[in-house]
Amino acid sequence: MTPVSQLQPGQFGKLAHLNPEREVDQRLMALGLLPGMTLKLVRRAPLGDPVAIEFGGQVISLRKAEAESLLVDVAADCPVQRPRGTP
Amino acid sequence: MSPEPEPLVALVGNPNTGKSTLFNALTGLRQRVGNYPGVTVARKSGQCDLGPAGRVELVDLPGLYSLAAASPDEQVVVDALTGRISGDRRPDAVLLVVDATNLLRNLFLASQVAELGVPMAVVLNQADVAREQGLRIDVGLLSRRLGGVPVVLASAWKGEGVSEVRRAIAQALADRRLAVRATWPAPVAAALDEVTAALRSDLGVEPTAAEAQRTLFDAAGSTAVRFGWTGPRRDLVLRSARDKVRRGGYNPFAAEPLAHYAHLRVLLEGVVEEGGAARSASAAVDRLLLHRLLGPVLFAAIMLGLFASVFWLAKFPMGWIQDGVDLLRGYIAPKFAATPMLQSLVADGVISGVGAFLSFLPQILILFLFVGILEDSGYMARAAFIMDRLFSWCGLSGKSFVPLLSGFACAIPGLLSTRTIEDPKARLATAFAVPFMSCSARFPVYALMCSAFIGPVYGSGWESAAMVGMHCVGLLFAVPVAFILTRFVLRVRPQPFVLELPRYQLPKPRDVLWRMWQNAAEFVSKAGTVIFAITVIVWALSYFPRDPAVADRARTAEPSLTGEALERRVQAAYVEQSWMGRFGKAVQPVFDPCGFDWKITVGVLASFPAREVIVSTLGVTYSLGEGAEADSGQLRTAMQSARWQEGPRAGSPIFSLAAVLALMVFFALCSQCGATVATLAQETGGWKWAFASFATMTVLAWLAATGVYQAVIRFAPPA
Repeated sequence: MTPVSQLQPGQFGKLAHLNPEREVDQRLMALGLLPGMTLKLVRRAPLGDPVAIEFGGQVISLRKAEAESLLVDVAADCPVQRPRGTP
Repeated sequence: MSPEPEPLVALVGNPNTGKSTLFNALTGLRQRVGNYPGVTVARKSGQCDLGPAGRVELVDLPGLYSLAAASPDEQVVVDALTGRISGDRRPDAVLLVVDATNLLRNLFLASQVAELGVPMAVVLNQADVAREQGLRIDVGLLSRRLGGVPVVLASAWKGEGVSEVRRAIAQALADRRLAVRATWPAPVAAALDEVTAALRSDLGVEPTAAEAQRTLFDAAGSTAVRFGWTGPRRDLVLRSARDKVRRGGYNPFAAEPLAHYAHLRVLLEGVVEEGGAARSASAAVDRLLLHRLLGPVLFAAIMLGLFASVFWLAKFPMGWIQDGVDLLRGYIAPKFAATPMLQSLVADGVISGVGAFLSFLPQILILFLFVGILEDSGYMARAAFIMDRLFSWCGLSGKSFVPLLSGFACAIPGLLSTRTIEDPKARLATAFAVPFMSCSARFPVYALMCSAFIGPVYGSGWESAAMVGMHCVGLLFAVPVAFILTRFVLRVRPQPFVLELPRYQLPKPRDVLWRMWQNAAEFVSKAGTVIFAITVIVWALSYFPRDPAVADRARTAEPSLTGEALERRVQAAYVEQSWMGRFGKAVQPVFDPCGFDWKITVGVLASFPAREVIVSTLGVTYSLGEGAEADSGQLRTAMQSARWQEGPRAGSPIFSLAAVLALMVFFALCSQCGATVATLAQETGGWKWAFASFATMTVLAWLAATGVYQAVIRFAPPA
């Protein structure tokens, strides 16, 4: 399981864990981000933080530190675009 | 007006669903804007004509994703829908505005609202976009699944389906049908019963199902607080109820979304048919506007355009207003020539007071035109996304950028634009930081000082450096102030930065212009009256007492003076013995460590309503008349030759390098703007924060000016 902010831009992940006691996670659940759901890290902001994730037909911006409790399993069956320069 | 109150219908929906566009279409701009009691949330309502079904009052509640009330905006929606706002009725029906392109996410709120037991109608707005994306929605099926509540397709932007929406409202009010509710798992239902029973026995209130849910599910607990339910007994009940949910295998803070989304997945089965490839143009635009390198460049270009407009474009209408005010003064003043006191009151008090707040309007209108376009197009969220990293560390947010930037032109529009910040903590901290930005009214002060004392002695290079440096002083102080404020002082709960990057959309001119107008009107009616009052009060302080003996003494003291020069000498004598002048002399010792003499002190004091007044006040105290301008050679010469008359510094120039730098730093930091203080009070919902800002800035200004003066006289080589 990896924190969602460590996905590469364009990479998909399946939400494996969140912490319902945290406010960020509560807000995301209200937006429909529930365990088992597939999400995609769309991009990072030019300064590296926050990150934009896409799920359920919407794009949401999250600060890395505030999203640390969101853990994903990197989805193998989804198309993965690796950024140039990484193996 | 009919004696029977019109039915009240609340407009509820997610942000970015075109809710306000629909509201404008339904009310035809017959709107009233007020405030909810005790909070800085605007209450927008308007009349909506339903044709044969009569009229209703429509209230546009703030956009939100969930009824879990964490922010003041969200709490207002919950309170308004449960009828717990004093002086406001419980709505007779709710019109739920839904983005037709994302039914599942949008209907989560509908599912929560259904728990309120209020008749409901649903608008699937932005139907045109859904059609373009190839979505086919079975409206009849959705209506049946929701239990027969009216469901209609509309596109408020294009004006399609608005009459169908009117019919749906009429139908909801006539049939009073309630939407189907989600089913709660047994342990959750049992916990809800426990909370309901406790509320009933402890407080004697009969909570609705929705209120019991909010009490159980919301970690923030604002609904419980609203009931006045606090203390250990509440904690005990809630802990026991939440433990019951946990033992049943659910997390009490996840049970609600899980239940609603499970309910909605069944409900939406077969309702939406996706045809064709849904090509998202927004993603393509984002690839450009949020590009690693190009994104910030385009951002800078857009913001530069915004700043240039507020700073430069507004100068023209501001000039016209100034000319108009001067013209009016020239026309009216002679009519009061018989009574000089009345003449001065009208010319320098009343007309100047009106001019004082009118002159802010061009900047406010232009900024809100831009902010409206940026918000409605969806770019504002991207701007916050790009800038957030630079601001989050000191407790501000990416949305603080536009208010701070416009603060460099004028704090008033900057403060008004803090409304775009959702997080109340970041909003307050930003509002606190904005007045520190070096606004255009500080410019004449820097220009006068630099051109008179820095340029001639140290050369134009240092003159420019001093000008640029002065523009950075405020920023250097604002950042630590914001940091300390958010870290140690503000007891407002921060909200996490969870920001939707909505689909790009063409802004609708009517909506943008209407919001621009509303903001300007609110400024004039609220802050405008305060600005006017302050101007008149300061006029009185520098006019009275007006003993004719003062003029006689001035005339006899310098018999060589005649005509205009004598008049100016008399003016200066009057100011010296006015309440303001006496006060200035009395408090001069306070400003002595900054190197200010009594004339500067009077100038500083007279500039508290508006800092640019310093130039004309110095003109008066140096007997040059009020017409002295920053570029006036006369004033410069008079100031350059001013010497201390007495005390240890007697004979040395008053405007030494140390005093000049101290004065500029003082003006960079001091809260010398009645309009800013009044607007802060308007935007933060009370005088507490306005006063705190005033005190902080003024004390900081004094400390910094003293520090600069004392450091320079000790360490700097004499010029």
